Order: sequence, then C-alpha cells, then structure tokens
Amino acid sequence: MNEHDVLQILIPLGLLVVLTPLLGGYMAKALQGKNHLLSKPLRPLEALAYRLCLVDEKEEMTWKKYASSLLLFNLFGFLALFALQTLQARLPLNPQGLANISWDSAFNTAVSFVTNTDWQGYAGETAMSYLTQMLGLCVQNFLSAATGMAVFLALTRGFVSRGSATVGNFWVDLTRSTIYVLLPLSFVLALVLVWQGSVQNVAPYVSSTGVEGGAQSIPMGPAASQIAIKQLGTNGGGFFNANGAHPFENPTPLANLLELVAILLVPSALTWTYGVMLERRRQGLVVFAAMFTLLSAGLAASLWAQYGPNRSLGEPAVIEGIDTRIGTANCVAWSVFTTAASNGSVNCAHESLSPLSGGVALVNIMVGEVVFGGVGVGMAGMLVFILITVFLSGLMVGRTPEYLGKKIEAREVRMSMVTILAPSAVILIGSAAALMTPAGLAGISAKGPHGFTEVVYAFTSAAQNNGSAFEGLNANSPFYNVALGLVMLVGRFLTIIPILAVAGSLAGKKSVAARETGFRTDTFLFFALLIATILVVGVLTHFPSLALGPIVEHLLVGLGRTF
Amino acid sequence: MRKQTMFSTRLVVAAVRDSFIKLHPRTQLANPVIFVTLVGAFITTVVIIANAPEGVSAFEAQIAFWLWLTVLFANFSEALAEGRGKAQADALRKMKTAVRARLLDGEKETVVNAGDLKTGDSVVCETGDFIPGDGEVTEGIATVDESAITGESAPVVRESGGDRSAVTGGTRVISDRIVVRITAEPGRSFLDRMIGLVEGARRRKTPNEVALTILLAAMTALFLLVVVALKPYADYSAGAAKADLSKVITIPVLTALLVCLIPTTIGGLLSAIGISGMDRLIRKNVIAKSGRAVEAAGDVDVLLLDKTGTITLGSRMAREFIPASGHSEKLLAELAQLASLSDETPEGRSIVVLAKERFNLRAEVGTLAEASFIAFSAHTRMSGVDIRGAAGARSIRKGAFDAIKRHVESAGGTMPANILTVVETIAKSGGTPLVVSENADVIGVVHLKDVVKGGIRERFAQMRRMGIKTVMITGDNPLTAAAIAAESGVDDFLAEATPETKLRRIREEQEKGYMVAMAGDGTNDAPALAQADVGVAMNAGTQAAREAGNMVDLDSNPTKLIEIVVTGKQLLMTRGALTTFSVANDVAKYFAIIPAMFAGLYAAPGGVGPLAGLNVMALHSPQSAILSAVIFNAFIIIALVPLALKGVKYRPVGAMTVLRNNLLVYGLGGLVAPFLGIKLIDVLIVGVGLV
Repeated sequence: MNEHDVLQILIPLGLLVVLTPLLGGYMAKALQGKNHLLSKPLRPLEALAYRLCLVDEKEEMTWKKYASSLLLFNLFGFLALFALQTLQARLPLNPQGLANISWDSAFNTAVSFVTNTDWQGYAGETAMSYLTQMLGLCVQNFLSAATGMAVFLALTRGFVSRGSATVGNFWVDLTRSTIYVLLPLSFVLALVLVWQGSVQNVAPYVSSTGVEGGAQSIPMGPAASQIAIKQLGTNGGGFFNANGAHPFENPTPLANLLELVAILLVPSALTWTYGVMLERRRQGLVVFAAMFTLLSAGLAASLWAQYGPNRSLGEPAVIEGIDTRIGTANCVAWSVFTTAASNGSVNCAHESLSPLSGGVALVNIMVGEVVFGGVGVGMAGMLVFILITVFLSGLMVGRTPEYLGKKIEAREVRMSMVTILAPSAVILIGSAAALMTPAGLAGISAKGPHGFTEVVYAFTSAAQNNGSAFEGLNANSPFYNVALGLVMLVGRFLTIIPILAVAGSLAGKKSVAARETGFRTDTFLFFALLIATILVVGVLTHFPSLALGPIVEHLLVGLGRTF
Repeated sequence: MRKQTMFSTRLVVAAVRDSFIKLHPRTQLANPVIFVTLVGAFITTVVIIANAPEGVSAFEAQIAFWLWLTVLFANFSEALAEGRGKAQADALRKMKTAVRARLLDGEKETVVNAGDLKTGDSVVCETGDFIPGDGEVTEGIATVDESAITGESAPVVRESGGDRSAVTGGTRVISDRIVVRITAEPGRSFLDRMIGLVEGARRRKTPNEVALTILLAAMTALFLLVVVALKPYADYSAGAAKADLSKVITIPVLTALLVCLIPTTIGGLLSAIGISGMDRLIRKNVIAKSGRAVEAAGDVDVLLLDKTGTITLGSRMAREFIPASGHSEKLLAELAQLASLSDETPEGRSIVVLAKERFNLRAEVGTLAEASFIAFSAHTRMSGVDIRGAAGARSIRKGAFDAIKRHVESAGGTMPANILTVVETIAKSGGTPLVVSENADVIGVVHLKDVVKGGIRERFAQMRRMGIKTVMITGDNPLTAAAIAAESGVDDFLAEATPETKLRRIREEQEKGYMVAMAGDGTNDAPALAQADVGVAMNAGTQAAREAGNMVDLDSNPTKLIEIVVTGKQLLMTRGALTTFSVANDVAKYFAIIPAMFAGLYAAPGGVGPLAGLNVMALHSPQSAILSAVIFNAFIIIALVPLALKGVKYRPVGAMTVLRNNLLVYGLGGLVAPFLGIKLIDVLIVGVGLV
C-alpha cells in the first residue's frame, strides 16, 4: 500500500465519523416529528400523503398492529413488483422491447427488493425495462429502506416509553423516513452523480463501434436516481449488471468516494439518532464504537490479505478481477463497507478477492449484518445483540439483567434468539440443500473450496439481506431463485416480527432509574463484551463453513494451489 | 437444622442411583440440552450395534460411553442437589411424630390425633406437650422450645395477642399453659410446606431460569443445525478434494461434535444451581416459599429495615444524668434508680445499671419499706414509686416531659427553665429525655439513647456498593430518626411510620421500578410484607405475617435480609458465570474437532491436509482429539458441581467490578481452560493406550 491507498481508506472513514452526528441529529428531529431544517418545505407533502392514504397520523399502534401494517404494506409491494416484471413487455417505457421476466426470476427479484436484499439473479440492462426499474425496483429501494427505519423507530420507542401499550405509527414512520431522510439525500447524491457522468434518461441504448472495431450497444436509463438510493438505502441492487464497477454507475473517483460513504451513512447516523432519542448519547456512541471497530478490524484484515504477497503467482498482490480504474484499495474498502452494511453493491468481483478478503466479506454478513447493517434493521439487529449480551453478562453481576432500566426476561430472550437463529438456520439448511441436490450443484462454477464458498456466500447474503454475490454462482435457475427467495423472506421477516414483538414487550415495561453502581452499558467493558458476543455467536455458528471455505483455500493458496 | 457436608457417602450413593432413574426421557424433556445429549448417546449406541456385524470400533464405543456418562453426570448433579434437600426434609419429618392433641370443646377436653384437627379447633398445651399444629395462641403465655425448626436452643415466649402469638406444629411447650387455635389444615401446615419446599417437590422453574433455558435451547437448536449441515458440507468438500472422509465423518463423530458444542455444562448444572440456592437459604435458617422469591432477592434495590433490632440494639439505654440546677447528679441518679426499680423494661433496667456504674448505687426492691410502685400506664405516661418513710412521703416519678410537667404543676411546683432546654437538646440529638421528679420538685433529666449496632455502618456501605438503598423504618419522630440515620449510615429513613406509610413507601419505590425487600413480624406488617417483592417474616411473628411474606426467617433476625440478598445474587451469578464458561469452551472444542475431521482434505498422498494446521493443541490423532474433547466435556460437569452447589463467591463491590472479575475467571478462563484440559486428556488417553 502506498500513501494514496491509505488516504483512499482514511477519507471515507473520516467523512463517516464527521457526518454521523450531523445527519443523526437531523434524523432524530425529523423522524420524531419535531421542527427541523426541511419541515417547512416538506411538511405539506407529508400531510398530503396522510390525507391521500387516509392515515390518521395521531394513531398509536400496538406492536401487533404495527407489524401487520408493515407486512401488509410489504406484501403489496411484492405483488406490484412481481406484476410489473411479468407484464413489462406490454407496458410503456420499454424502448429495448425487453421480454417479460420468468415467474421464478420475478419472484426472486420481487422478494429481493422488498426485503432490502437486492440480490440480483438477472442482469439489469438486458432484463428490466425502464418502467420496471423506476416504478418497481427504485420505489422498493426507498420503501424497503424506510421499512427498516420504521423497525428501528419502533424498537427505540420500546426502550424509551414506560408502561405503554403502543410502539408508534407505522405509516407515519414510513412516510417521514422517506420524505425527510431518504428522498432529500438521494436527490442530492443523484444530482452529484449526474454531474460526475452517470446517465439519467429514458433513451434507447446507443449503438456504436468500439476501439477494436466491434459493434457495441451501450445501455442507457434512469440510472443516477436509482444508484443514489441503492447506496443510501443499503439496497445495493445495480442498475447495470456490473454494479459499482460500471462507468455509468461509478464514473469518477469523487463519485466512488461519495458512493462509498453513502453505503454506511444512514446506518451509521442512526446510532447517533438512537442516542438522541434515548436522551443518552453515550448509549448511541457505544453502538457506533462497536460497529466502527468491527468495520475497521475487517478492513485491516482484508487489506492485509489482499496486499499480502500472492504466493501462488509470485506477484506482489492479488489484482485479478479488479478494475484498474478503481484500484485495490477502493475495491477492498468497498467490499468491506458493502458487506458490513447490508448493501451488497460491488465495484469489483468478490470472487476474485484473496481467499481471506472474501472471507472477511463473508464474516461481515455472517455476524448478522449488525456492523452498521441494513438501514434501521442493522441497528435493530445490533440492539438484539445488546440484549443478548446484557442477558448473559447481566446475570454475572447477580441481578435480573436490565438494559436501559428494562428487565430482559423470557419473552425478550425468546424473540431475540429467534432473530439470531432464523437467518443462521436458513443459511445452514439452504447451503446444505444446495450442496446435496443436482439442481444446487449445477450452479457452482468454481472447483474446490471456492465452489463451496460460492454457495455458502449466496445463502448467507440472501438470509442476511445483503444481496452481494460472490459471483461465479449461476443463480438464475428455478432452484436458486426460489430457494434464495424463501431464504430472503425468512431472513427479513422472521427478524423484523420478533424485533417488533420485543419492542412491544419492552414498551409495556416499567423502567428503573439508573443506578450509579449498577450494570452499565455505556462503558468500555460493555463495548468489548458486545464485540466479543457478536464474534462468538457468529463464529461458533459458521466456523465449519469458514474452515471448509475461505480458511482451507487460504492455506492451499499458501501451498501454491488455486481454484 | 442439622448441618451436613456436601458429599457425604450416603448422599453420593443415593445420587448415583437417582442419576440412572432420571434417564427416563420424560424427566429429561424438561432440560432440552441434556435431552439432546441423551438422544445423541442413544443414536450413537444404536449405530454401533447396527454396525456390530462388521466389527465394533473401539473408538466409537468409547464416544458412546462418554456421551452416556455426560448425561449421567448432569443427572448426578441434580440428584445430589435434591438429595441434600431430601435429607433435610427427612429431619423435619421426624418432628411430625404422631402427636396427640388435647382438643378443647367448651370446657371439655378430649384427646384426639393431631392429624384429625381442623382449622378453628382449639387445643390445650401444657408443659411437655407438643403443639399439634400451626396456630395462634388465644389464651395464656408459655415458653416454647422451637429448636426443632430453628436450631436455636433458647426457648421463646409465645403469648396471646400481640406479635408473638404464632406457634408452629411440632414445637414443644416447656413451661406454662396455652390454648392454641389451629389455623392450618393437616398436611398443609407450615412444617408440611417446609418439607415440600426443601424436597423440591413443588419446584417450578423461576422466571430467570425459564429465560436462560430458552437461550440454551435456542443455542442447542442452532448447533444441531450446524452439525446436521456439516455432513453435506463435508461430503461436498470431500468430493471436491477427491478425498475419502467416510471413515472420519461418521454419525458417532458428528454426535460427539454436537454434544461438545451444545451448552451441556450449564444445561447439566442449571437445576442443581436453582435447588442449591434454596438449599443455601435453608442452611441460613430461611425458608423461601418459592424459588422466584430467592431470585427476586438478588434484584432487590431498596431494603426497608426496622430500626429496632436491626439497626439499633433492641431498646434505648440510659447514657447520662443531667441534673436540674440546684441538684446534684448523684441525687438524680439515686432517684432515677428508685423510680426504675420495678421497671422491667430494658430502658428501666439500663437506668438502674447506669446509676450503679456511675455512683455505685445499689438500691433493691426489698430494701425499701412501705414502698408502693407505680407501673407505667399509657394514660399517665409515668412510672415511679411512693415511699412513706421517716422523712415523710416521697413521690418519685419519671416520665415524658409533658407528663411530669403536669404532675409537678398539679403538686404546686414549676418546671425549671433549663430543663426545657436540656429536653429539647436531647430530642434534637435523637435521644429520649426522661424527666425525674420528687414531689413537686424536678430533679433532672435522664438521657436515653438508641445504641447503634456495631458494624452496621460498614454493612450499609457494603449495600451501597452493591447498589442497594437502605431505608430505616421507625416510629420515632423525624428528628430522632434523622440523628440515628446519620449515626448508622443508612441511606434514608421513614419516620413516624405506620403500617399505612410503610405500604405507601413500598408502592412508591415499586412505581419507580425498584424491587423492595422488607422484614416484619407484626400483624400490621402483613400488608407491607405481601406488597414487598421480598417479604421476610420473622418466625417469632404472627401467623398473618408469616402467611404474607414469601420467606420466613426461623431465627427471627431481621439483619439476615442482607444475607438473603447475597444468596439471591449468587444464584444469578452462578448461572451467568457457568453459561459464559460453557459457551467460551466451544472455541477450544472446535479447534480440537474440526481439524480432526478435516485434516484429510486436500492432503498430499500419505501426508496431512492444510486444515491440520488448525490443530493448535497438537493433539495426537483425530481419534484422540475427538475423544479428549468429549471426555473434557463430560468431566467439566462433575468438576463444576461443587461450584454450582456452593455458588459463585459474591463480594460487595460495584456491578462493573463484579462483572470484570467474573469475565476474567469464567469468560477468559472458559476460553483457556479447555485448551489445557483437552491437551492433558489427550496426553493421558494416548499414554494409557485408549486410542
């Protein structure tokens, strides 16, 4: 690594640290309905939305009503997106005359975008019409992220309120998240991207002759607007198949930097929002510190592995699969950021990373997408880990464990364990099923441990709603489309529903005033404990997969064998 | 109660027998972790038997053997904890020897069996009689030997009315005669309940135990999936590496991995920890009516303590004689002593003692001719003595300021000005002033003072470090209360307390989310005892109080609340510590078993594959590695039984310090210990030639 590489790593990290309190403070105001920077211009829009949708913004919902509203809303989103894809040939804004999507791919994609996964079994420019991209995929990019923020808000209210039967209003949380946070941020980023050279049109593809004299079709489309939200909303689904490696998606170094920061921006800022909403900044800081530390550790490990001498090729570093325009440092940083957050966009092929760098990306997803994680849900997942940590360590001080003055009892433990168990279970079951069946085995392209990693990575990415692919796996088959679709549904909703149940249960509890000598969750000790818990739970569950995939491959590469 | 050592031979033998009885699947279902282990042991055995025609692998047979032992060890820990309770219950049951009761029907007495008594029956008990059942003294006063249940050899006084009216079946009257109204149905007496509790017969899982069981069950389910998925993972990897792992990845090996990963340590010890928590309280002569109460004790935030007997010695003591102007201190002492001669209250006696100490005055009742003693009455609020001697009639009185003032003024005297100042100063300092007069003359003031118990200040400081707020409850006025609170170091006080204000205070604290503990003995304490999260009734107290509380202290010692809290904390700490230990252990077990299973992957012919590099413990062979992990996993249960039964040591320091210490011991220790243990076992079994 030279000093430019180091700078390319440090600048986005620094920007993240600076922007977190700024955006976090703004979001705390905007999401709680207080007066803020944009309330004057945008409040009429919010009010209009409620009027049009017949929403009573004063209504307070129990967790069950909140959860059923959320499910209903997402079901509607799924059906709309499924219909758009399977009917797109007959709908307007399809200048290339792209065909209808097959049922299994449409199911997979609809689930994928509704669950904020954005796993893509298809290639954007050869499969989806402009209408599908704009009205279907782009809209779900916003709404799935807003859904995640709503989950975070409900859970935070669970901690804040005392003896309350309600956790907030889903429609209000959804609307405010979209109008005050996601839309303005995306609007600004999209404009910058257009300025930097991303395309934003509904024109037919451009035909040209390349430098080698071959005929080329250069895809067009309303890309910039979708790229902005795909980065900001931890979606990650590229407008084009090459995702962040495509020059129209990621045109310049500045665009690359901004998109990199955008991956982690909202999840990171939510840690600050959390502290403000609790009126205990340090609680939010501990969460940020834990996330940032895990991110940095992953980044360091990945850079070490990628820049380390490539013993099988005798070259100084592994550079295959990396666009020289983007470079190793940016590629590694992106791979770590995008897997830490459940974003899943890529600017180089993860399959081409050194085994351990790919392993870091895999571990980031495996630990449950809580290293920043998805917008809202990552924070909520981290809070679940906090509850488990508090439960285990709280017992050791000789009291019924408490977090923020609320007792952690059987119900919270049960729901928290479902949240942790469900994605892990479908990763294990799904991977095992793929490795046992001809349909599953058919998709594997690489040999040896690399092929094994392809499968585990796909199911891990789907279950934790990350959506990045290790590449190499041919997943656009009925088997993978359906299996991964189901896995995404479990990974999304079998975590959201128990989290909302925890919110409801906590909201109804009395809260004890903090004790000076009591168990504290805003200390260095707790921060360390939280990290240890996350790693132990993640590693204990996935150590066999890691051993049979990245670890053995790394050891073999050391012996001069590649796959 | 008879004390016993933890591992008496008889107990161990009985526990070993019970560990086999407990193999019944229905018993095991209550404990998901051990149930899975049992199923694993069973499946492994079946596989070995099914493959028997092709020869039995000694290695697999050993795995099966140790898996069965793991289950038995877990059963043993539970059986041992139960056995200790049973032994105590047997001792209690002996007290229920066929007692005959003298049933009273009007004036008529009939002798019936104690078992036939019904609620509401009245029985007579005289010297030497066993009290046939729980009840309330309705008539008379008697000394009762309660050593059978309390272990305290000094007899206690039980009398009708007041707060010392409850008697327990199985205790013996050693003097006088009382009439007892039976308040408990046969079989549901206090003693019966105690036996039931001690035996663990009606033991239900406590809330925290339920939560922990859910966590452990979820982890077990997760590891089950991990191990089941490992089979296709391994098959694919073997195919990709063109290696044959079918001899290594077998059902017994996978089961061994599963049992090593699931939290068998805490799973096996969980119920023993709970049972022994109650058991430890019983050793301290406290009967908890439910495990829930013991657990709640660990959570207590606020402790309401009666001033008298807990913070101060039982009563006030005379400390000082302050004469009125014109009188000597000695005269005051002499008159105060005379006025107190017949006063058998501790206060009265302390005046006599102080006079003796200070001026060597030794008046005795018999030496006074023609003296008539005036007893204290609530009406006059004075006591004293009238003496008709050569010098004429002397009327000596001592009493509260206003009572003596009235008395002196009615005799034509006046209250000297300086007495008022003295009285006020004493009251402000938290003492009680007793004014002494002779005829119409005020002689001076006796300063009575509460004596704070030695060491109580340190105890309160300890409680503060534990995060517990102490509140002193007293009937005294706020001034007095504040002075004693300051002297004893208690955090807060409730002055002029009545049953209503006590109850209100408890509710207020609970509103803030705090858990409240209190001790009480009187009938008027019953509502507060019932309201408190932990209500410790004194055994010497009324039946109503004993019913209302969720614990009974057989020694009737309110200071014991502190020990109860510590026991509750130990219970939770032991669970947390062993869970952490159990989970931390898994890391080492992975490092033993995963390389053992996959060392053959991508191996050069005749060599070992890259994953053998994960064998950081340098274990001898795949077989020895797997077996060592399984043996370690089984033995750690037995090794930790004493800790589970005794509980993790609790020191009253801040929560975060406790956490750090326990994390170092059980977290870091749990990470490191199995690496050493497994290596050691590996060396041993290889040396002995087991593999």
